[in-house]
Amino acid sequence: MTAILTGGFADPAPQSAHAFRALLEAMARPGRIHTVLGAEPPAPLSVAAGVTLLTLTDATTPLHLAGAYDCADLRSWIAFHCGAPLVSAQEAQFALGAWEDLHPVTQFKIGDPAYPDRSATLIVEMPELTATGARLTGPGIAAEARLSLPETAAFQANRKLFPLGFDVILTCDKRLAALPRSTKVEAN
Amino acid sequence: MTDQAYNFAYLDEQTKRMLRRALLKALAVPGYQVPFASREMPMPYGWGTGGVQVTAACLTPVDRLKVIDQGADDTTNAVSIRRFFQRTSGVAVTEATAEATIIQTRHRIPEQPLSEGQILVYQVPIPEPLRFLEPRETETRKMHELEEYGLMHVKLYEDIARHGEVSTAYAYPVKVEGRYVMDPSPIPKFDNPKLNDSPAIQLFGAGRECRIYALPPFTKVVSLDFDDHPFQASKAEHNCDLCGCGTSYLDEVITDDQGSRMFVCSDTDFCATRQAEGHRGRLSPEAA
Amino acid sequence: MYVAVKGGERAIDAAHAWLAEERRGDLAIAELSIAQIREQLALAVNRVMAEGSLYDPDLAALAIKQARGDLIEAVFLIRAYRTTLPRFTASTPVDTASMTVDRRVSATFKDLPGGQILGPTFDYTHRLLDFALMAEGEAPAAPRSPAIGEAVPHVTELLDQDGLIEAEPFSDLTPRDLTREPLELPADRALRLQALARADEGFTLALAYSTQRGYGRTHAFVGELRIGRVAVEVELPELGFAVEIGEIELTECESVNQFKGSKIEPPQFTRGYGLVLGQSERKSISMSLVDRALRWKELGEDNIGAPAQDEEFVLSHCDNIQATGFLEHIKLPHYVDFQAELELVRRLRAEAIAAQKPEDAA
Repeated sequence: MTAILTGGFADPAPQSAHAFRALLEAMARPGRIHTVLGAEPPAPLSVAAGVTLLTLTDATTPLHLAGAYDCADLRSWIAFHCGAPLVSAQEAQFALGAWEDLHPVTQFKIGDPAYPDRSATLIVEMPELTATGARLTGPGIAAEARLSLPETAAFQANRKLFPLGFDVILTCDKRLAALPRSTKVEAN
Repeated sequence: MTDQAYNFAYLDEQTKRMLRRALLKALAVPGYQVPFASREMPMPYGWGTGGVQVTAACLTPVDRLKVIDQGADDTTNAVSIRRFFQRTSGVAVTEATAEATIIQTRHRIPEQPLSEGQILVYQVPIPEPLRFLEPRETETRKMHELEEYGLMHVKLYEDIARHGEVSTAYAYPVKVEGRYVMDPSPIPKFDNPKLNDSPAIQLFGAGRECRIYALPPFTKVVSLDFDDHPFQASKAEHNCDLCGCGTSYLDEVITDDQGSRMFVCSDTDFCATRQAEGHRGRLSPEAA
Repeated sequence: MYVAVKGGERAIDAAHAWLAEERRGDLAIAELSIAQIREQLALAVNRVMAEGSLYDPDLAALAIKQARGDLIEAVFLIRAYRTTLPRFTASTPVDTASMTVDRRVSATFKDLPGGQILGPTFDYTHRLLDFALMAEGEAPAAPRSPAIGEAVPHVTELLDQDGLIEAEPFSDLTPRDLTREPLELPADRALRLQALARADEGFTLALAYSTQRGYGRTHAFVGELRIGRVAVEVELPELGFAVEIGEIELTECESVNQFKGSKIEPPQFTRGYGLVLGQSERKSISMSLVDRALRWKELGEDNIGAPAQDEEFVLSHCDNIQATGFLEHIKLPHYVDFQAELELVRRLRAEAIAAQKPEDAA
């Protein structure tokens, strides 16, 4: 029980401010890896994914938990610290899980042609996250960036929907990177 | 010293989360205007409430904030906004462009090139570039959706037919990554080229109109033009009378009742830095 | 020698100090207390609460004092303060049918259950300056009668029983919240009413008046106007039922409007609705007329292009805090933009003059 009540931001205003700056920089510079601190969520949630949830979600943001992340401890922790209502993949504004558990990713909201911002943000927990692998180009990237993506085809299909599409935050331990729908992804 | 009656940077955390989510979506779709639930701020709508909300959402306790209006740090509204953040967040402030981590601006992009690690926050009065061609939001939203920007091109071309050139001198529309036509806020068109391929993050906040939009670093931003009438970033054909700079944007100052004029850099930090480095203009104290 | 404009900070400090002095006025005159404003300028307090969207008479009175009686400035102070307040819960809908009424009039029936109650109204006063008020110490007392205790049903309910007025379908949907979501068009009626409830009284009045003069005519009568206090209740999940947390004063107006009928509806009366915080009679009547005019589409009426029928126009311009901010921002420096225009106009003029030269020579 105590594990559920602890592990949130001790001082939310400055901690969420620092966390958001990392997320902002990450979304602005796709592929760039940032380290974040401040959350100590119960397993299997990583620090970085916990920080992301604390910084971005609340009672107004429907959240989908996939696979192993849909467990009693996490549900309680999220209910206490974020208050995000848990919903199906189709209704989600945020979704959390391992890449394979989020499949098929085409089930997530891609926005409305008049309102492309009304799309899901996927928080993908990764076994590893390094600046190697798939080649990234597009807004936010001077020449090219590299990121250890779980695959390329799904992101290429998502890019084709632009300006519609989902956006992705990749998390691993204390590190995170982002892949907005605007990024062009090529296999290594 | 911060005002303890209010949360860090004034806004409550729920409001900041709402703003932060909008900012991330804005970065994901460069140039697209994300609607957000703008709050009433303690300064009037039209006086930078959008920029203030964006800055409040981005600010961390270790930032160094610079606030400019018309390029100047000491214009009254810039002073007022800077004080607001000093009072509610206690962050360090600076007038030096190079030292600032967040710069909130009204109507100018600093002369000194921005760098990675900096965020430029624009105050935007009318975020919709098509608004003066079509007053209805319901219509302009459809035009963006369908990428139907013909009306804008017709307007620009009519200008050329009548005047020989586009008669828009500020808030000159741009196209972002070949997709969205965007209002760069009322910066002079002289500043438009600085929007393109900038290493800094550029964020735009329109409080009254409830819109946030963004340019990630290294984003392609093209001022609308025609092959036979390419875009030209123009300025007054003078040098700064205080620092002698021939490439900066100038304010025109009327100095007596005979209509005598002088021209000075609108970017006060840029001009002061040049003068401190020994640059002199036509009316510098030593030259006078 | 020109010195670049400096001293914005000192100028602001001096302006604030001067403003504070002006606000206090002549020190030989007693200072106004918040209680005096709250009790004796109650209608100003009500307007500030209504347009500020915050029910707190003391804070509204403070805002009026701080704003030197500029009510839009006072509304602004309240709105900015409101931003900082956490939202703990939402109340259940208030039940105006069980209002304890101070005033209740109907223009459509001479008498009706619950009776006509004139209440504290200016309506039949002769607008003659009362110089007795210039003297002090007067404590007027009104005759009292016991509360009737009788139910005061809505007039429109009586009409509804005969099917003479359009049915108002019940909905349990949570309405969108204008203060938490950006305005999105088209807006449903709940959202329009929300915007109108905090809209500028003058703007709403002018629009309502324009419908009476033919710009989107709706033939409105005041079916009923009621002013009084209603209980505010919130559901407590721990208890499983609603508890009363206080009382607020409201003004409600239901206008009854002529309707010829359409292809799908037989002739019947239609509704316009106004509900405003505090005693705000003019505003609530205006609101009900504008509400009715905006309903042209759902009632299958023609849009004659009247301003009051234009939802986007009305909702985009009815907020006085947005309006006054943007209007007054043109006082801010615009040298950069003006310089850009100057440079352009000079160049265009030079080109135009150069182009004329050959003709002049010919």
